[in-house]
Amino acid sequence: MKLKGAQIIWEALIREGVRVVFGYPGGAILPTYDALVQYPQIHHVLVRHEQGAAHMAEGYARASGQVGVCMATSGPGATNLVTGLADAIMDSVPIVAITGQVPTNLLGNDAFQETDVTGITQPITKHNYLVTDVHELPRIMKEAFYIAREGRPGPVLIDICKDVQNASTEFVYEEVEVKLPGFNPYFGISEEAVRAAAALINQSRRPLIIAGHGVQMANATQELRHLAEKAEIPVTTTLLGLGDIPESHPLALGMCGMHGEAHTNLAIQACDLLIGIGMRFDDRVTGRLDAFAPHAKIIHLELDPAEVGKNVKPTVALIGDCKESLQALIPLVEPARHREWLAEIAAWRRDGEERDILNAEVDELIPPYVMRQLWHSTQGQCIVVTDVGQHQMWEAQYFLHERPHQLITSGGLGTMGFAVPAAIGAQIAKPEALVWAVVGDGGFQMTMQELAVIVQEQLPVKIAIINNGFLGMVRQWQQLFYDKRYSHTPLLNPDFIKIAEAYDIPARRVTRREEVADAFAQANSHPGPFLLEFRVKEEVNVYPMVAPGAAVGDLIRRPKVVQGPSGVVPAW
Amino acid sequence: MSDSNGRHLSKHTVIAWLEDKPGVLNRVVSLFRRRNFNIESLSVGHSETPGISRLTFVVNGDDRMVEQAVKQLYKLVNVTRVEDITHKPAVIREMALIRVKVDGQTRSEIMQIVDIYRQQIVDVSLDAVVIQAVGTEERINSLIELLSNYPILEMVRTGAVAMTRGHVGRNGSMAQQQRRTAL
Repeated sequence: MKLKGAQIIWEALIREGVRVVFGYPGGAILPTYDALVQYPQIHHVLVRHEQGAAHMAEGYARASGQVGVCMATSGPGATNLVTGLADAIMDSVPIVAITGQVPTNLLGNDAFQETDVTGITQPITKHNYLVTDVHELPRIMKEAFYIAREGRPGPVLIDICKDVQNASTEFVYEEVEVKLPGFNPYFGISEEAVRAAAALINQSRRPLIIAGHGVQMANATQELRHLAEKAEIPVTTTLLGLGDIPESHPLALGMCGMHGEAHTNLAIQACDLLIGIGMRFDDRVTGRLDAFAPHAKIIHLELDPAEVGKNVKPTVALIGDCKESLQALIPLVEPARHREWLAEIAAWRRDGEERDILNAEVDELIPPYVMRQLWHSTQGQCIVVTDVGQHQMWEAQYFLHERPHQLITSGGLGTMGFAVPAAIGAQIAKPEALVWAVVGDGGFQMTMQELAVIVQEQLPVKIAIINNGFLGMVRQWQQLFYDKRYSHTPLLNPDFIKIAEAYDIPARRVTRREEVADAFAQANSHPGPFLLEFRVKEEVNVYPMVAPGAAVGDLIRRPKVVQGPSGVVPAW
Repeated sequence: MSDSNGRHLSKHTVIAWLEDKPGVLNRVVSLFRRRNFNIESLSVGHSETPGISRLTFVVNGDDRMVEQAVKQLYKLVNVTRVEDITHKPAVIREMALIRVKVDGQTRSEIMQIVDIYRQQIVDVSLDAVVIQAVGTEERINSLIELLSNYPILEMVRTGAVAMTRGHVGRNGSMAQQQRRTAL
């Protein structure tokens, strides 16, 4: 069967199981959009800015575990995808981006809307392709999906010249062989390493697990729990590892690192064995490297060999899929109890709880309260998509994550503007789920044009804007490290309620504590989208905090709740 | 030698095998830049396998940095194999072409030096000669140092190319081969 390149793109996408494409048409991708009308089985979501398309594809992939697909034209269309690709490679999200390119005879000519897209995206994709010959197109489409999803997932970009979309070739797909001699992402498990790791665990008196995103991606949450319970090992997680273990589990400690609860970081500094599972010892987790976990031997379970020894040199490394590594490891681990160690951590935890801002009797509307109410109002059952900044950390601290893939957030890249489009992608992947986008007043304004997509696609996405009138996290750093010089962090905001109304999205402004529960109840029970704006107390800081470059044990604790004239007031 | 972060730096020689496709060398070089690896020399050409190029590079770094370079290179889809041969017995050579200014008096001196170093003069004109030198980096450095007493007009060096000594099968390193034989 002879098909045009434009048709081959859609035929290949259908064969890869793609049902949804997030995109925006333009000159160099016109033939492909023209062919799209022949493929009603593809649901194309017209975005309002290509960055939105990339984040929606990410949200879709993060919520479903399937490869997300976005599409854009050449030049500015393609460059607008860049932030989403960079975000996807940092957080190992499988997406395939398809971009149009000027015709082959104009390549390198500075033609209208020509940009060296493969050049620009080389360091922020797992791999990319420039297609100049239609005969190569089926193989490249197949390879792209294979590379995006196999091994450590990541983004792949395919840049397709306009004349290639118009040229025809005999279309075969199933028979096309993927020949990638340099792409071997799987490694056999070393039995020697498994035995060595088990011996370390069996000897340890004060073991600790740090679980990361890899546990969820490898579908290894059951194995993680099994290991933790068998040898009674407490589990802290990275930001993207929230949901690896239910936070109601007695061995779950919560998130560690820069804004982790004090007891998690103190446990890292006091443990004699640290087991990193599906995580990469990011600087937000380790703080000052040479002072990190000073008494600990380290076991690192990781799929990507380049992450092993990059930041922290392990005593034993188990390279491979962490589900398989855990399955091999668990039978060799002896049942154990570590009551003293757990009691020590529990004491640190109690101190943190006493300082908890939620225990202070204040009337003001503070963000931690909003986050805890979000959790209450949804019985912890919703998918939460957070943006980047203070609200992201409060969500991590005060929403108690019970399931994998429940929290979708921009971890490695820290991309403001992520939440609204990613929530759209997540909602499309999980139409039955209750999806909440939690976003600051700054980040919301970076991608709020995608509200149009919520309406156009009739999605019941709920949005909570945590409006403190500041770029809150940057303001916090200015307060703590730049002598309170608030250089360009106060925001002059529009009326967010009117913006929602302009899109026909019902909205409500919340200014007092007493209204919060009711507002969430109203939004949750509304069948369509709903926007809540929380006018929160402006200058509240996220604590605890490990200052950048400090050792994780050397943390700024929550200020003690002190007695004031009108009862108990916190001293922040 | 140490860098500003107090890391102990030394020279490492690494060989990488790449698919011979457009843009692959750019991916490799771009990776060195992106990861802040300091490359001393880089040399690429055909290997014995059609469609596979062979790249030798010398990187100045500490062990961890070089380990990272090897692992990150291996992650490139078009890189089929990477081997750090720094601590293995190997033949490592580079070539230089050096044009030196001469007159009637210095020509014979230079010919003598070239002779002692067992190198060749490959082009002669009235006022200059071109010397072809092949050898280890140290040997070429030493020749250049001597020749710099006569003005060097022009010079080009290829950077190191390398091959491990002994028999290395296509399917693995010498050590792996020996292990297989022993079993």
